[in-house]
Amino acid sequence: MTEMNMIQSLNSALDNLLETDENVVIFGEDVGYFGGVFRVTDGLQKKHGAHRVFDAPLAEGGIAAIAFGMGLNGLRPVAEIQFADYIFPAYDQIVNEIAKLRHRSGGEFSTPVTIRTPAGGGIKGGHHHSQSPESQFTHTPGLKVVYCSNPNNAKGLLTSAIECNDPVIFFEPKRCYRGPFYGDPHNVPTWKGHPKSDVPDGHYSIPLEQAEIVREGDACTVIAWGTMVHVAEQAIKNSGINAELIDLQTLLPWDRDTVVNSVNKTGRCVIVHEAPKTSGFGAEMSASIQERCFWHLEAPIIRVTGWDTPFPHTTEWDYIPSPERIAAAIKKTQEA
Amino acid sequence: MSGKNEGGMDTYTVPTAPFRPGDDADFGGSWKEQPGDLSRPDPVNCTAPETHDHAHGLIRVLGDDDSASGEWNPELNADELIRGLEMMMRLRIFDDRMIKMQRTGKLSFYMRSFGEEAIAIAQTMALDDTDWIFPSYRQPGAQFVRGRDMVSMICHCIGNTEDNLKGRQMPVHYSWKEGHFISISSPVGTQFSQAVGVAMASAYKGDDQATITWLGDGTSAQGDYHYGLNFASVFKPPVILNVVNNQWAISTHRNIATGGENFAARGLAYGIPSLRVDGNDFLALYSVTKWARERARAGKGATHIEVYTYRAGGHSSSDDPSIYRPGNEFEFWPGGDPVARLKNHLISIGAWSEDKDVELTEKIDSEVMAAYKEACTFGDLANGPFPPASTIFTEVYEEVPWHVQEQREELGK
Repeated sequence: MTEMNMIQSLNSALDNLLETDENVVIFGEDVGYFGGVFRVTDGLQKKHGAHRVFDAPLAEGGIAAIAFGMGLNGLRPVAEIQFADYIFPAYDQIVNEIAKLRHRSGGEFSTPVTIRTPAGGGIKGGHHHSQSPESQFTHTPGLKVVYCSNPNNAKGLLTSAIECNDPVIFFEPKRCYRGPFYGDPHNVPTWKGHPKSDVPDGHYSIPLEQAEIVREGDACTVIAWGTMVHVAEQAIKNSGINAELIDLQTLLPWDRDTVVNSVNKTGRCVIVHEAPKTSGFGAEMSASIQERCFWHLEAPIIRVTGWDTPFPHTTEWDYIPSPERIAAAIKKTQEA
Repeated sequence: MSGKNEGGMDTYTVPTAPFRPGDDADFGGSWKEQPGDLSRPDPVNCTAPETHDHAHGLIRVLGDDDSASGEWNPELNADELIRGLEMMMRLRIFDDRMIKMQRTGKLSFYMRSFGEEAIAIAQTMALDDTDWIFPSYRQPGAQFVRGRDMVSMICHCIGNTEDNLKGRQMPVHYSWKEGHFISISSPVGTQFSQAVGVAMASAYKGDDQATITWLGDGTSAQGDYHYGLNFASVFKPPVILNVVNNQWAISTHRNIATGGENFAARGLAYGIPSLRVDGNDFLALYSVTKWARERARAGKGATHIEVYTYRAGGHSSSDDPSIYRPGNEFEFWPGGDPVARLKNHLISIGAWSEDKDVELTEKIDSEVMAAYKEACTFGDLANGPFPPASTIFTEVYEEVPWHVQEQREELGK
């Protein structure tokens, strides 16, 4: 075990796989010599060679396309899209091509692409460095969608994503690269001392499609992913209510059993995400939960989300779900 | 709104096709470029600027008198030429049979290679047997060269129980891994940039496979075309990038795809040696592809080729070209009919005859009919049986996840 922040743990996962699987190649904008704008690939080109870790032209559509081709021809490509906001030029290649190749070719061809991309707000990034577009991919059969939240699961999940023979979109909450975020922009800790900053050295994987119960409770189930896991944890503390907190980790396919078991136990549910509310992944979860848990529910399911507006710059703290909004929602579920 | 401001511009330009229904098409009769006009540079040491004339001219081997000449003459022997002719005839006869079957509802849709048969046939013949073919929907002919069983191809087109794509894809969207023929996708142009990735993987692994891909003049407007050229320019993998300029993208004339006249020369700006070739000249196509393959083998990276041709048929079974262009326009194309041109060349060198041609036509026709009848024993689109409904749910992922499994159970099949 080594204490790491999320950047170091992601780097450790990549370093380990470059070491152990000669078919792993990494590319994206600024990931090579420089080591990535967030430093996730720092030192990897120098250690493993420029043919394995390299800079790509500034063309997300082209990056996704060559990932498709490399994966089809025996490699295990890991592409970085520098910000999730910039993934849309690659959308056709991801949604129509990478996701569908195995099915459309009758199983003759497949491409085990992993696309890593920093997502979410809280860094004063305005509307084009802050979005969290997970639901634009959870609606695509053929993809797996993963969202890490801490150094430990970042390494474990990224390893599994790269080793998975299906394509995976891997979201990294950039707000949490260097520390957890509890909703207070004036008090931002590092990962130092956090239990989830203990990360195994060498090969370390966490199975995809499994949620983690971060905190057990019996009064309400709170579901979150990415940065919102930590904000929700703070909100639960502030609320004084013994809520259960689930870090979903994989959104497609999601761990419905863990969620349903929890909601059947608590009878109450709050879903938290940064992305806009309408057609967000919370809508899918809410619908599924009522299908399964209707007779156990004591209160309406509440979603606490980003607004149905573009992501703002100076007013981002009024956009991102705050501990106060989440705590209010948890309390509201207790009123019924 | 009425009136205009007093600027120098009337409005923007909206090009139209040179000839529309009712017009007499006139492409000048014959090519001004002749075989022998252009040198054949050393493929290994050639730089992009040295192909300036090749990108702006037209590489030909077969002359108007049916003879083969010039530095680009690949000097194929008569057996190889006859094999090429047979493949092109097979593709055309196969297409004609399929389009007839489409009209009777035995398949939902079809796309012929009519007028462009030489492209996939000659170019695939010029490659190594294990080179990756990454086609658009207008190069199914490559499968004939690689020896795919026609029954298997027809089973895909009619979506029966033996369709290797399990009824998931529209006709003509073949996939054939054994032949290194990569699954065809409907979104146009995506394969062009993907092919660069396939070739990069070959280079990474150090194997000796090259990758060839094609897209059309219309599709060259897509970002994927430029991504492909640019990534190929930067990373120099063994890839052959073809723009099939067949003048038409459904009803859209190539002058809507570009404001210029030339596609090949775009490659020069990317630093990629670029050639423009008569796409109805089997020998020239074979030769430029061999040249590009030599560059790939030597580790010199990509070659960009504009295949200058004419789409003699409709885009697909779904459009009637006489609505947007003169119905007989293809008869005036200076490149003529690629099948007839190779046939006439073979006759001119004494290696072929009209009698042999008739005999071979009848032989292929009966083989195609027999293949079609055999394929239909496994079902067809009009009558079934189809692949089982369970194929909707399989191979979406490597393993069927719980939510897909639940939905399969909901369907109950």
